Amino acid sequence: MSNNSILVVGGGFAGITAALEAAEIGHEVFIVEKNPYLGGRVAQLNKYFPKLCPPSCGLEIQFQRIKNNPKVKFFTLAEVLSVSGSPGDFTVKIKLSPRYVNERCTACGECEKAASTLVENEFEFGLVKRKAAYRTHLFAFPMRYTLDAAKCGADELRRIKDSCPYDAIDLDDAEKTIELNVGSIVLATGWKPYDVAKLGELGGGKLANVITNMQMERLASPSGPTNGKILRPSDNKAPRKIAFVQCAGSRDQNHLNYCSYICCMASLKQLSYIREQNPDALVVVYYIDLRTPGRYEAFKRRATDDKKLLLVKGKVAKIVEDAGTGDPTVTVENAVTGIRSEERFDLVVLATGMQPSIAGRDVPAGVSLDEDGFIISGMDKGFIAAGCAKLPLDVMKTAQSGTGAALKAIQTVVGR
Amino acid sequence: MAEKLGVYICSGCEIGKNLDVEALAEFVRNGKHKAICKLVKTNAVLCSPDGRAEIEADIAAAGLEGVVVCACSPRAKWEVFNFGPKTLVGRVNLREQCVWSFEDDPKFPDLMTVLAKDYINMGIMNCSKSGIPEPEVPEVCQTIMVLGGGFTGLTAALNAATLGKEVVLVEKEDALGGYAAKMYKSFPLAHPYDQTQDTGIDKLIGAVTDNPKIKVFTGAGLANLEGAPGLYKATVKTAAGEEVLDIGAVVLATGWTRGEASFLEPLGLGKLKNVITTYDLEKMAKNGGIVRPSDNKPAESVAFILDVEKCMEGVDWSRGEVCEPVEPLPAEAAKKEEGAEEEFVYQDLESAKHISYSSEISSLVALKQAGYVRERNPNALAYILYDHMMVPGINEKYYKAAQDNPGIMLSKARVTEIAEGAGGGLSISAKNTLIGESIEIQADLVVLPTAVVPVTAHEPTINLEYRQGPAFPDLDLFDGFADSNYICFPYETRRTGVYAAGCVRQPMTMATCREDAAGAVLKAVQCVNSANHGVAVHPRSGDKTFPVFNFVRCTQCKRCTEECPFGALDDDEKGTPKPNPTRCRRCGTCMGACPERVISFANYNVDQIGSTIKEIKVPDKIDEGGPRVIVLACENDAYPALDMAAMRGHKWSPYVRFIPVRCLGSVNAIWVADAMSKGIDGVMLLGCKYGDDYQCHFVKGSELCSRRKENIAESLGRLGVEPERVEQFEVSIDDYDKIPGMIEKFMNEVISKYGPNPFKGY
Ligand SMILES: Cc1cc2nc3c(=O)[nH]c(=O)nc-3n(C[C@H](O)[C@H](O)[C@H](O)COP(=O)(O)OP(=O)(O)OC[C@H]3O[C@@H](n4cnc5c(N)ncnc54)[C@H](O)[C@@H]3O)c2cc1C
Ligand code: SF4
Ligand code: SF4
Repeated sequence: MSNNSILVVGGGFAGITAALEAAEIGHEVFIVEKNPYLGGRVAQLNKYFPKLCPPSCGLEIQFQRIKNNPKVKFFTLAEVLSVSGSPGDFTVKIKLSPRYVNERCTACGECEKAASTLVENEFEFGLVKRKAAYRTHLFAFPMRYTLDAAKCGADELRRIKDSCPYDAIDLDDAEKTIELNVGSIVLATGWKPYDVAKLGELGGGKLANVITNMQMERLASPSGPTNGKILRPSDNKAPRKIAFVQCAGSRDQNHLNYCSYICCMASLKQLSYIREQNPDALVVVYYIDLRTPGRYEAFKRRATDDKKLLLVKGKVAKIVEDAGTGDPTVTVENAVTGIRSEERFDLVVLATGMQPSIAGRDVPAGVSLDEDGFIISGMDKGFIAAGCAKLPLDVMKTAQSGTGAALKAIQTVVGR
Repeated sequence: MAEKLGVYICSGCEIGKNLDVEALAEFVRNGKHKAICKLVKTNAVLCSPDGRAEIEADIAAAGLEGVVVCACSPRAKWEVFNFGPKTLVGRVNLREQCVWSFEDDPKFPDLMTVLAKDYINMGIMNCSKSGIPEPEVPEVCQTIMVLGGGFTGLTAALNAATLGKEVVLVEKEDALGGYAAKMYKSFPLAHPYDQTQDTGIDKLIGAVTDNPKIKVFTGAGLANLEGAPGLYKATVKTAAGEEVLDIGAVVLATGWTRGEASFLEPLGLGKLKNVITTYDLEKMAKNGGIVRPSDNKPAESVAFILDVEKCMEGVDWSRGEVCEPVEPLPAEAAKKEEGAEEEFVYQDLESAKHISYSSEISSLVALKQAGYVRERNPNALAYILYDHMMVPGINEKYYKAAQDNPGIMLSKARVTEIAEGAGGGLSISAKNTLIGESIEIQADLVVLPTAVVPVTAHEPTINLEYRQGPAFPDLDLFDGFADSNYICFPYETRRTGVYAAGCVRQPMTMATCREDAAGAVLKAVQCVNSANHGVAVHPRSGDKTFPVFNFVRCTQCKRCTEECPFGALDDDEKGTPKPNPTRCRRCGTCMGACPERVISFANYNVDQIGSTIKEIKVPDKIDEGGPRVIVLACENDAYPALDMAAMRGHKWSPYVRFIPVRCLGSVNAIWVADAMSKGIDGVMLLGCKYGDDYQCHFVKGSELCSRRKENIAESLGRLGVEPERVEQFEVSIDDYDKIPGMIEKFMNEVISKYGPNPFKGY
């Protein structure tokens, strides 16, 4: 007898979609997510192109569907340790890392006030620091704090524990391993931003006023570090002259040897963030091709109908910083005129691409990756890839892919 | 009607620090609802394991039908305050909406207690008027009908059959395969994405025709689709006659037709013999040689034009205004033309835009066909002139491969003219290219892109026997594509049970069609499955309620049948609404539309919300306790935004009272009228954005609400109350920093401009 349950690895948009679509046909599903929250990368975005609507709008519906469906179970701070067995009968070992905060937490934030250690804030891409006791973001689901116990001393831990009025801090929490039996496995492990530190010539990660497109999302987000005001990091000034550098690390055999699909549309979307705050800012987009496929063309036409926008086909060779002002200067060769020039900006946004998050990591036997880390096979072995683990996609196509993956996962467990 | 309730008041999360919860409990014990509040308790931390255990024990011991949890937002601690399907749970949001967001007004004492008492009474009333739904479970048919036997349709049929479903496949042509069967080869459809490959269509056709679960009709059309998901009767017409089939749900995979030649005329099509389209070239490649039509000379140089700017002159790319001018409601408009038999006219939606929308396919096809040119004649040259090479994502690899082909010249270019050239060839002028400021190229053939135009741009295709017409509504928003307006939910449209996939939904490659077919089949199977259990599909998936009609009072005004965003209501012979529960999404728009209050849900109805509003204690005079404003807030977006506003420490007037609603579409004018006759000074309606980029999860709810304002204004006018006291606001879920300002502005304007509601004190 085959096991009808489905394991979904990754609780981003593809994973949540796959899980819900399968559960709403009656299958038991388990979502395993390594972050302390569900939602994945879209939780960090301000708006979606082309509608310019907030991602939390769709996530709220997804979370309601999870709340109302007892067939969906999820684990956060969880990772798959090992998989054995075969389609219809897998045994999966899951590692649950300690959260040190139990289900009594009301998200009152007292622990955060009591904590003193400041650490790197992954959710905000380093734009600010966070406390060791933290809630990743305003819209976190589940709405529960997390404690980085390893980063605090014993005294601080005691202070944090004592501060909680609900007895929710559990310093004895420890790593656990659980075992699940499932019939098929959806791999929806998604993507990570390409590491800008590898783009040294563009000042990636070194120059304060050269940020990534994901950092731009956080700056524009009303719950982000600046409450939605686009301010440049070096001096918190509102930038008046901004450049976007497309294909930063993409379409380049030394970095990502494919096009990341979304960064052109993302920059045009971010242009609208800038316009909302400063109709007069001068914006220059340096591109190879502006890739706005399908009906996105209509969005491109509207976005580029803008007198203060300059589109330049050209490859940016170098970005350096003016020591006094912190202004980045971009060296670029215009592909049409052949003219090489230097242009000074207040802020430069590197339109970095998406790299599969499992690139270079171990995958279960039966799954194979292409040279960039995208999953290319495994379906016949009971592993179904979905979303950006499979191909660079936008959210609409990710939702489509997640829905299709649910079907494939069900096909794997029925009729066996 | 629940008559045995337990009321639990939490003092955690700063509630107890700000409110005397014991006094509140006493207030309930001795209050107007004491008869139904069998137990009233307080708890230091209600969501703690002990708190929950106490409630659970009380439910069992006292036989409580419902519990009213006066604590945090219903969005918090949902897993704790769930006592199974037999117990009603009412949530009173004391934490976010009373304590955290409280802004004092020193004019009056203890306003927070006044606020808390109102909310508690409202919560008790709301819960007592709720009920446990008993789903209606029809006998459903599980068969999936796939319309269209092209690559997408064939893939869909196989997918459904693999799940064990019976499948009916209906194809218009005499042979299966669609356009893929007419193609010579395909651009890459799988890893390593860098080579032209076989389409695989013959194998796919074979697998479908060999599958015993799939019944194939060729040379066939869907004449009529009557009924509702799980219960459809489909009339399939073939040369042999008509057959009526039982169908559960439909996958629409009717694909595309090629665009009108006239839209490409600015680039010479139809005027210059040797200007053809990729469609023509594909046919040539499949059937033999690539030649110039003028003299059948094998083409030695072929220019593929991807820059179609010349065809886009005068095209309007603007989007409809967010707030469209108020049109009369459909029912009103219909009344005007009474008597006249409505004839359905289908608006053709093809335009030059479809050429642009096909840019990705066009680019890949140009790369592929440039390869054909080189394959046929290794000395031939192919040019590709593009504005933006539209090969996003993994297909970049195919572009890279073409760049390595020495006979393929690629350049950015703005094509300015195509004219007769020397020796029977053509001359192409272009500027802004990578090889010069302005250039001229000679070629034997010029190949223009083929626009992918969805069949639904020309005809209804699904031929529904629905009161609201045979086609998907709103196709104009998508230029004729049978697409969804939701980024997150790409299969959701206004027609439950019909799921589009492939090029009828969006221009897409066959690799994407393959995924899309799987997704649409899943939704179709899920829809039938949900019908089979009597529960709703997206977005209220699993909801067991459905609208119940008390037909005795129905005046056949047809408002509900016109307004239902999902076309769930037909008319019967007498003109009475005929519900089709399996089409229904439980939005409550019909309930909001009905002037006779005929429609209700077990756990959401006109009387329930009306009675909840009446629980608000309105001071006889503004200077005896302040004004009162009610806010009807969409529970999916505005309500979470309010929660987050409170979490971020925003404060607002202690005189507003929030009431969540399923959708603004469900707001019945009577609620507003009742509020006004009670002396409430103003009503704010917080709902989703509407217009072309609507965010309403029920598509039309917030828009319909705004259009009903006319009705509301009229009835307020009759009462002698200023219609400006009622205002609708568009609120997104991330507007948490803006909402407090909206509330403040509204409060100030209503009170300063119109003063107290004249009904106060009556
Ligand atoms: C010139 C050109 C070349 C292309 N080359 C490639 C390529 O190399 N690789 C690639 O991936 N994509 C290519 N494409 C895109 C590819 O054609 C589409 O992705 C694919 O055909 C879409 O499949 P479909 O099933 O959605 O549509 P179709 O293949 O068109 O199938 C739809 C079927 O439904 C039938 N039908 C229509 N109306 C009805 C009705 N009312 N009732 C019943 N049946 C109906 C049609 O007759 C047809 O058989 C190309 C497109 C163009 C324009
Ligand atoms: S989407 Fe645009 S920016 Fe991103 S890799 Fe592709 S072409 Fe470059
Ligand atoms: S609840 Fe909504 S979908 Fe259902 S019949 Fe009423 S208006 Fe239509």
